[in-house]
Amino acid sequence: MSADVLAVAEHRRGDLRDVSFELVTAGRELADATGGDLHVAVISGDVDGFAEELSLDGVDVVHTVDYGEEFNHDVYVQAVEALYDEVDPTAVVMPNSVNGLDYAPAVAERLALPLVTDAVGFEWDGALTATREMYGSKVETTVEVESERVAVTIRGGEWPAEETHDGAEVRAFDFEPDEDAIRSTVTGFEEVGAGDVDISEAEVLVSVGRGIEEEENIELVQRLADALGATLSSSRPIVDNGWLPKNRQVGQSGKVVTPKVYIAVGISGAVQHVAGMKGAETIVAINTDPNAPIFDIADYGIVGDLFEVVPELIEEFGGE
Amino acid sequence: MKVLVTVKEVAEVEDDFEIDGTGVDDRYLEYDLNEWDDYAVEEAVQLQEAGDDIEVVSVTIGPERAEETIRMALAKGVDRAIRVWDDALDQDLLDTATKARVFRAVVEEEEPDLILTGVQAGDDAFGATGVALAESVGQEWAAVVNQLDIDHLLAENVARVHRELEGGVEELTDVELPAVLTIQTGINEPRYASLRGIRQAQSKEIAPKTLADLGLEAGDVESSLFLTEMYEPESESDATLFEGSAEETAAELASVLREKGVGAE
Ligand SMILES: Cc1cc2nc3c(=O)[nH]c(=O)nc-3n(C[C@H](O)[C@H](O)[C@H](O)COP(=O)(O)OP(=O)(O)OC[C@H]3O[C@@H](n4cnc5c(N)ncnc54)[C@H](O)[C@@H]3O)c2cc1C
Ligand SMILES: Nc1ncnc2c1ncn2[C@@H]1O[C@H](COP(=O)(O)O)[C@@H](O)[C@H]1O
Repeated sequence: MSADVLAVAEHRRGDLRDVSFELVTAGRELADATGGDLHVAVISGDVDGFAEELSLDGVDVVHTVDYGEEFNHDVYVQAVEALYDEVDPTAVVMPNSVNGLDYAPAVAERLALPLVTDAVGFEWDGALTATREMYGSKVETTVEVESERVAVTIRGGEWPAEETHDGAEVRAFDFEPDEDAIRSTVTGFEEVGAGDVDISEAEVLVSVGRGIEEEENIELVQRLADALGATLSSSRPIVDNGWLPKNRQVGQSGKVVTPKVYIAVGISGAVQHVAGMKGAETIVAINTDPNAPIFDIADYGIVGDLFEVVPELIEEFGGE
Repeated sequence: MKVLVTVKEVAEVEDDFEIDGTGVDDRYLEYDLNEWDDYAVEEAVQLQEAGDDIEVVSVTIGPERAEETIRMALAKGVDRAIRVWDDALDQDLLDTATKARVFRAVVEEEEPDLILTGVQAGDDAFGATGVALAESVGQEWAAVVNQLDIDHLLAENVARVHRELEGGVEELTDVELPAVLTIQTGINEPRYASLRGIRQAQSKEIAPKTLADLGLEAGDVESSLFLTEMYEPESESDATLFEGSAEETAAELASVLREKGVGAE
C-alpha cells in the first residue's frame, strides 16, 4: 500500500464541476497528512481538456480514462477499481454529489473499503477521522475509521477550490472495461423547473418552508411577499407536496439564488437548501427553533412563530 | 414479482436538546418513519396496484421499538415485514458495509426483483445503503430517482427512471431488473394510512430475525466506523437576533428591511 491519495473528478455535459477543484484541495490536504502523492482521475468526456484544467498546484498525477462521454456508474466503478489497483492508494476521495452517491458506495463495497460520506472535515493519524453532521445539521460528529484504507466523499463547498495551475504529469490510463457489466444506459438529460417566474432574477425573495404546515397557509407568506414587493420561493418539501411549482424551489436540486435579501420563513437550513441561497447578500430567518442551522448563516433573525410574526410584518408594510 | 422496500425508523431531535456522550439524550428524540422511505413505500404500493400478483415486503434493521414504524408501512399497503435485530447490531453507528451485509442475507432469502430504498436516512444521512447493497448482491442500481415509469417496468422488466441531478437537471436512465433504486422525495404523493389499512396492518406479519436466522455471525457485523464525539456545532453566526413580542420583533426587522430598500415604493 502506498501513502497516496486518489481523488475522482466530476464533470457534466462538457464542464468540470466546482467540486472537482475542491477535491484537489481536500485530496492534497489528506495526501500531506498521509505523506503521499495526490492522484486525480478524470473519467469519460473530454479527458485531455479536463486533465489540462486539473493540472493544478498540489496534483502529482492526472490519470485520464478515455471511455464514453457522460457519467455512467458502471464505467466509473470499473475505472476506479482499475486505478485503485494501479495507484494502490490509502484513500479514495470522491464528491458527495448526486453522481457521487451513485458510484462511491459501490466502489467502497467492491474494494472492501470502509466508507465515510458527506465529510465536512478530516484528519489523518494512521487512519482517517472525519467530521460529519447528523440530524439535519443540528449536531456534528467525529467518526473514526478503523482501517488503514478508506473511501470518503466530501461535501461540496467545504474546501476551497484549488485554482493555481501547475504542470502535473498526465497519464493516459489503459482501460478496457468489461462491457457486459455496463448494464445501465443513460439516454439523455432533461431540464426541469422552467416556467413563468425566474426566482434567480429576483432582488428580494420571501421563501417558505415546512414550518408553514398546510397548503392554505402559503397564502399568508404570499401576502408578505406582495407587501414587500418580493418574489415567493420555497424549500423542497413545499414543492414535493405540490403546493408550489418546481420553479420556486431554492437549493441543490432547485435554483441557486443570490438576491439582495432572502427571507427564510419556517425553513430549517438543511445543507441542500443552503447550497442554493448562501450567496444572498442579506439573509433573514424566522424560525421557532433557536438551534435551527439557518440561524448560523443568517444576518438577522427572529426566533418566533411565523404565524404571529408574519402578520405583524405584513401590517408594518401596509399589506393586506 | 416481488418488491423489497427498506424502511428505517429514524430519530428526530426536538428544538432544544442535550447531548449525552456520543448521542442525543433519548428524552429529546422522537421516532418516525424516514421521510425518504415513505416515498419508497408509496412507489412500491403504486407498483403493486398497477400490476398483477406483486408482493411488497419491507425490511428494517432495528430494535423492537421500530415495529410501530413498520406498522405504518404495513398500514399503507405493504404485505409483510421483516425486522432484523441482534445484540451485535446494537452499535452507535452501523456503517454502510454492515447494513449491506445484513440486507444481502435478506435479499438472498427473499430474491426480490426490485429493491427500493430511500436516498438517505434523515438522521445519520449516509446516502449510501442502497447502492452498496446493489453492488453487494450483484444487481444494477440507480441513485436519487425522482421518476419511475411503472408501466414500462411491468411490461419490459426495465426501470426507466429519472435521476435528479443538481441544478434542475434530470438524467434519464434505463436500468435492467433486478435492480435497486434509491428513491427521492417528491417522486409521488405518499398516502395516509386509511382506517381499514391500520386495522389490517394489525394482522400482518412482522417476522423477527436474528443474525443466526440469516446465517450471519456477530463477526460479520463489526462496523469499521466509530462515533467518537458528538457536539453542537459552534455557531459561526453573527446574526442579529430580535427578541420580544411578535409586534416588537416585526417592527425591528421591518426597519432593517426598509434600510435595505425593501418595500420602499
Ligand atoms: C439529494 C437531495 C437534494 C435535495 N435538494 C433540496 C433542494 O434543492 N432544496 C431544499 O430546500 N431541500 C433539498 N433537499 C431536502 C433537504 O435535505 C431538507 O429536507 C429540506 O430542505 C427541508 O425543508 P424545510 O427546511 O422546509 O423543512 P424542515 O427541515 O422540516 O424545517 C422546517 C422548519 O420550520 C420551523 N418551524 C416549524 N413551525 C414553525 C412556525 N410556526 N414558525 C416558524 N418556524 C417554524 C422548524 O423549526 C424547522 O426549522 C434535498 C435533499 C436531498 C437528499
Ligand atoms: N437500519 C435500517 N433499517 C432499514 N433500512 C435502512 C436502515 N438504514 C438504512 N436503511 C435504508 O437505506 C436508505 C439510505 O440510508 P443511509 O445510507 O443510511 O442514508 C434509507 O432510506 C433506508 O431505506
